[in-house]
Amino acid sequence: MRLQYPSSIRIILLPCTGKLDLIHLLRAFERGADGVYAVGCMEGACQYNSGNLRARKRVAQAREILEKIGIGGDRVQMYNLSSSEAPRFVEIAEEMTRKILSLGPSPIKLARKRMAA
Amino acid sequence: MIVAKKKPLEEIIETLRTYGKILILGCNECVTVCEAGGKKEVAVLASALRMYFMNQGKEVKIDEVTLERQCDHEYLEEVRKIVDQYDAVLSLACGAGVQFMAEKYMRTPVLPGVDTCFMGVTQERGVWTERCQGCGQCILAWTGGICPVSRCAKRLFNGPCGGSTKGKCEIDKELDCGWQLIIDRLAELGRMDDYEKLMPIKDWSTERAGGPRKVVREDVR
Amino acid sequence: MTSEAKTPSRLEKILRAGNLAVTSECGPPRGTDAHHITRKAALIRDHVDAINITDNQTSVTRLCSLASCIHLKLMGVEPVLQMVTRDRNRTALQSDILGAASFDIFNILCLSGDHQKFGDNPKGQNVFDLDSMQLIQTVRHMRDEGKFLGGDPIELPPRMFVGAAANPFADPFEIRVPRLAKKIAAGVEFIQTQCIYNVEKFELWLKLARDRGLTEKVFILAGVTPLKSLGMAKYMKNRVPGMDVPDEVVKRLSGVPKDRQAEEGVKICVETVQRLKEAEGVKGFHIMAIEWEEKVPEIVERSGLYPRPKVD
Repeated sequence: MRLQYPSSIRIILLPCTGKLDLIHLLRAFERGADGVYAVGCMEGACQYNSGNLRARKRVAQAREILEKIGIGGDRVQMYNLSSSEAPRFVEIAEEMTRKILSLGPSPIKLARKRMAA
Repeated sequence: MIVAKKKPLEEIIETLRTYGKILILGCNECVTVCEAGGKKEVAVLASALRMYFMNQGKEVKIDEVTLERQCDHEYLEEVRKIVDQYDAVLSLACGAGVQFMAEKYMRTPVLPGVDTCFMGVTQERGVWTERCQGCGQCILAWTGGICPVSRCAKRLFNGPCGGSTKGKCEIDKELDCGWQLIIDRLAELGRMDDYEKLMPIKDWSTERAGGPRKVVREDVR
Repeated sequence: MTSEAKTPSRLEKILRAGNLAVTSECGPPRGTDAHHITRKAALIRDHVDAINITDNQTSVTRLCSLASCIHLKLMGVEPVLQMVTRDRNRTALQSDILGAASFDIFNILCLSGDHQKFGDNPKGQNVFDLDSMQLIQTVRHMRDEGKFLGGDPIELPPRMFVGAAANPFADPFEIRVPRLAKKIAAGVEFIQTQCIYNVEKFELWLKLARDRGLTEKVFILAGVTPLKSLGMAKYMKNRVPGMDVPDEVVKRLSGVPKDRQAEEGVKICVETVQRLKEAEGVKGFHIMAIEWEEKVPEIVERSGLYPRPKVD
């Protein structure tokens, strides 16, 4: 459909969001990501049955940890959509970008910059 | 397996507050099976702690190693060459492993990262339940394979008590009454006559009450 | 059952003489004021043969049963020492039995006890070194063999009439009579049952016990508790494990105005006693009217159980 979405999004392709492990989410933040979101199939329509349900739980765990260590749980989010919903994909990208922009850069990113200097 | 659960992150942060070089030491056996202290949990904890300290503006070195077990000398020896690089070790092993590590490396503070709970089984993914309390004199042959010591809240030997309601324990509606389970099993095995036999008074001297315990096999020493 | 009393227990003598016995219960205070017990005991002493003192019931810390029983002895009332195995190991249990016997306390009721989770010390340890059946065996052993569990002889062994509780209404029903058989095999001599509202179920349990010859081997005292109000009936029905309050009883109380419910509750209690007086195998009644002890004399009289028999 050749729709435009924000260039600040970096896409990592997975066969299923069920492949996403908690450590992947945390490492992204450890390396300076300002926000991470997982986009999985609609619940009930997962190709692998319950991969997207597992992803949801792991995203929730990541939220809790990020909140506890002072980074902010809002920086990580789970979305569900079907692969034919291109406009929704753009909508999600824009929503997430807006949210992260309002939250500002990740404290880890700033800390890494300071330490490198 | 020995079932443990992760200590709350806040508690771990509090314990590690004063250290600058930390080794997070996992165990590949029981705590891996109950998803509390294996390689994955070590990685997650290490990442979370690194970010926490970075956010605090503190430079803290956090390394990750997972041993096969922490209850055998051979495996604990594997960290001998590196342990002096750290001013504390956070062990995610069960209480036995944490202590054995501490005994071996007496000059390094060894801190626990999990709460060790009981000897139990994986009921289903994510749910672990108690089965054995290590009384030292197993009577499972007489109770149809169900232990009254670990599954009865009052460890009655001639139960159930009057508080058993619809097969559940008086202390928790979700908890099976151990004696109901025993009766059901004896009935299935056609051994209800055994139910009426009075179980003798237990010798608790081989349990915790008798003091710290030891098992020796002279033939293999 | 032999008609020769094995102990100086008044309760035993009354039962062995073929009378219907009547016992009741007092809960000790959560403090040191013994008048709390002696006052209640004074209210009912002429209408009962012996008074049970509960042992940290519901795991709530109270003045201990042993001391309370001594206060009863000092006023000339026959006590029944209730002893749970939740709080004491076998050393303490045997020691307290000696202590009770040294004050001529001749009746003991052996129980496991409610879990400490219900009480005021849910974080405390529990003991359960023995269970109630093993405690029964222990008392019999101390009395009849004259020995401690460890094997040493006892100087002047205790003489105690040994009782236990039975709950015909607990789950599972199928083993309630086998449990009674077990307690008898362990050496129990009298039973006090959980309070009865479902008389039919009790009669069924009794019949099954009779069929096995158990009613000839133990004195069964049927437990009754007068309901003070509809609220109490509902509470007992829904919130107390092992309690069976049939809908008819609840309906009966709800059909009566609030200020007449207590009266109706006493009426139901008296009717239950009168019906069970005729039941073969019932050898007496255990009237539990905690915090309503003043009703006990009325219940005993209206049930035709007054005056109490005299024994030497």
